[in-house]
Amino acid sequence: MNAVIQRLKAARPQLALLVLALLVNVFVAPGFLDLRLQDGRLFGGLIDILNRGAPVMLLAVGMAPVIATRGIDLSVGVIMAISGAVAAAGVNAGLAWPAAILAALGTGLACGLWNGLLVAVFRLQPIVATLILMVAGRGIAQLITEGRILTFTEPHLIAVAGATLAALPLPVVLALAAAGLTGLLVRATALGLFVEAVGTNPRSSRLAGVHTGLVLGAVYVWSGLMAALAGLIATADIKGADANNAGLWLELDAILAVVIGGTSLYGGRFSIGRSVLGALVLQAMRTAILRAGLPPELNLVLMALVVAAVLTQQSPAFRPMATRLMARLKNKEARA
Amino acid sequence: MGRIVNTRTLPLLATVVVFVLIYAVCAVQYPAMLGLRVMGNLLTDNAFLGILAVGMTVVVVAGGIDLSVGAVMGLTTVALARLIEGAGLPPALAFALVLALGGLFGAGVGAAVHYLKAPAFIVTLTAMFLARGCALLISTDSIPIHNAAYDILAGAALALPGGGRLTLVAGIMLLTFLAGGILLHGTRFGAQVFALGGNGHFAQLMGINTGRTTILVHAFCSLMAALAGIVFSLYTRSGYALTGTGVELDAIAAVVIGGTLLTGGVGGVAGSFIGVLIQGLILTWITFDGTLSSWWTKIAIGALLFLFIAVQRLILVASARYGRSGAGPAAPNTPNQATSAPASRPSSGAAAPSAS
Repeated sequence: MNAVIQRLKAARPQLALLVLALLVNVFVAPGFLDLRLQDGRLFGGLIDILNRGAPVMLLAVGMAPVIATRGIDLSVGVIMAISGAVAAAGVNAGLAWPAAILAALGTGLACGLWNGLLVAVFRLQPIVATLILMVAGRGIAQLITEGRILTFTEPHLIAVAGATLAALPLPVVLALAAAGLTGLLVRATALGLFVEAVGTNPRSSRLAGVHTGLVLGAVYVWSGLMAALAGLIATADIKGADANNAGLWLELDAILAVVIGGTSLYGGRFSIGRSVLGALVLQAMRTAILRAGLPPELNLVLMALVVAAVLTQQSPAFRPMATRLMARLKNKEARA
Repeated sequence: MGRIVNTRTLPLLATVVVFVLIYAVCAVQYPAMLGLRVMGNLLTDNAFLGILAVGMTVVVVAGGIDLSVGAVMGLTTVALARLIEGAGLPPALAFALVLALGGLFGAGVGAAVHYLKAPAFIVTLTAMFLARGCALLISTDSIPIHNAAYDILAGAALALPGGGRLTLVAGIMLLTFLAGGILLHGTRFGAQVFALGGNGHFAQLMGINTGRTTILVHAFCSLMAALAGIVFSLYTRSGYALTGTGVELDAIAAVVIGGTLLTGGVGGVAGSFIGVLIQGLILTWITFDGTLSSWWTKIAIGALLFLFIAVQRLILVASARYGRSGAGPAAPNTPNQATSAPASRPSSGAAAPSAS
């Protein structure tokens, strides 16, 4: 119980942001908080935000450990497109749906492994290593879909985005389950400590006996797997694989979600739960802007401002600067 | 031997070889591609990318990265269209205005990178969202520009033998590369950029004002992005907020293929020029072929990117090993710290005394 309270305390800024964004939603759309149960499924504004935010939640769950190792994965949006294309091409080629889903997840693993190899074995800067897949990936997805939007009618694959489990839409269940599993993996075992050790100081963690290469590789593989799952949801949602637009720029959303979640970009400190909250903040902001009838483009500017504020607050130079400023103000007051 | 083919020149040499190879393949398959007409078009079509690459080269040499250049370019085209069409400003004044704004925007980005001590990619990512959002707020539609002076500028060209044309925008691109080369290799500021990218801490100890250099580097890059926006609006005679989506990746690819190290401290604009030409050639070849889709370009560029990064990595590892053994004729030329980019010292060290 104490641990839960401590976690919630640590997540105060994110929770405050989320509540603020939700309040705006309530303000622009009365009845936003209404929940009703229909045909065994919950409907309402909150469920909507969870459902729409599921892909970015998944991406953020994969991205947080990567950023904690002082890395970055720019290719998650592209992995979404590739794995979605694999699933769609699979069922269209007569593959059974479990096989198509496994193939899509396997593709995500393979993409993650490629990134992991480049970072852990070839020691490329993460931004460069994942840039390669980001540049080439949409071409590969186009290669699979042959330049078209591959539509499909396989009901089980469509169900990935449309089915209901425990009164919740399946994407929400998947995202929460993935977040829970990842959280358990990193916090109930020493894996999270290893990740933070590698992010804080790769050299000393290696000397301390942490297999840095394995840890580095694993976080990118995990990120690839999460991206593949997100890609499946996005593809099932539109009942088709769109190599051009699936997951387009979502890597940025994921990075921003992790940053809003308070994960340090200097490595070594991360939280899966807070990153998920960050993803929900982004989605709540987006929904509020849409519901208010404001131009959706405003969202980009707002996101930039939120991140700028978080970066300023995070920066090592900020605290002394703020205290100095306060002291100067006090001095002025004293003189006056 | 070690003087001519060292860690600094080998990536550039590899770039030239790849360019010649691709050009030879093109020429054998489609002799028409050899003509000045195709070459002139190649320069015109890639003028905006070339200008972006000049700015990006300077940022990358300084050890940073700028993901906001595409968005700044898009914002510039929309702002230009609004200023000229909506406010009725003469183009010259509008150009000056957007260039000034671009430079200021970049200075702000540079200040954020320096004072917040935040990674450049996340700051410029935020800047990208800001610029793209502002551009979309100005207008989500493509705005055509009807202006007599614009038509003259867009049509201005130097006739080349063989029916080719060297357009004004291509000329601006070539001049930008020239200016960028002089800035990086012939001025005190350039030496400071190399020093900053080689090792920021050493640069500071040497008495270089790293904050000022960082701000100027980003201001220059955004200035180039604004110039690219002007060139692109001349090229399309319109302004559209989504112009240049993803073009920052092309610019980074051109810089890397051109042999500039993404770790900073090594590189130059000449290689970036060839990097831009290689991308243009691949696209032209795919157009000539006619059966391949344009997305093959992305795969080809991704593969080239990987190839060049792998080569750079191998060179770095090899030279670090060579340097650590301590012996050999190249010993004074190699650093005693394997962690810093090896070739940064000769370049910055050679330029700094002559500048001060």
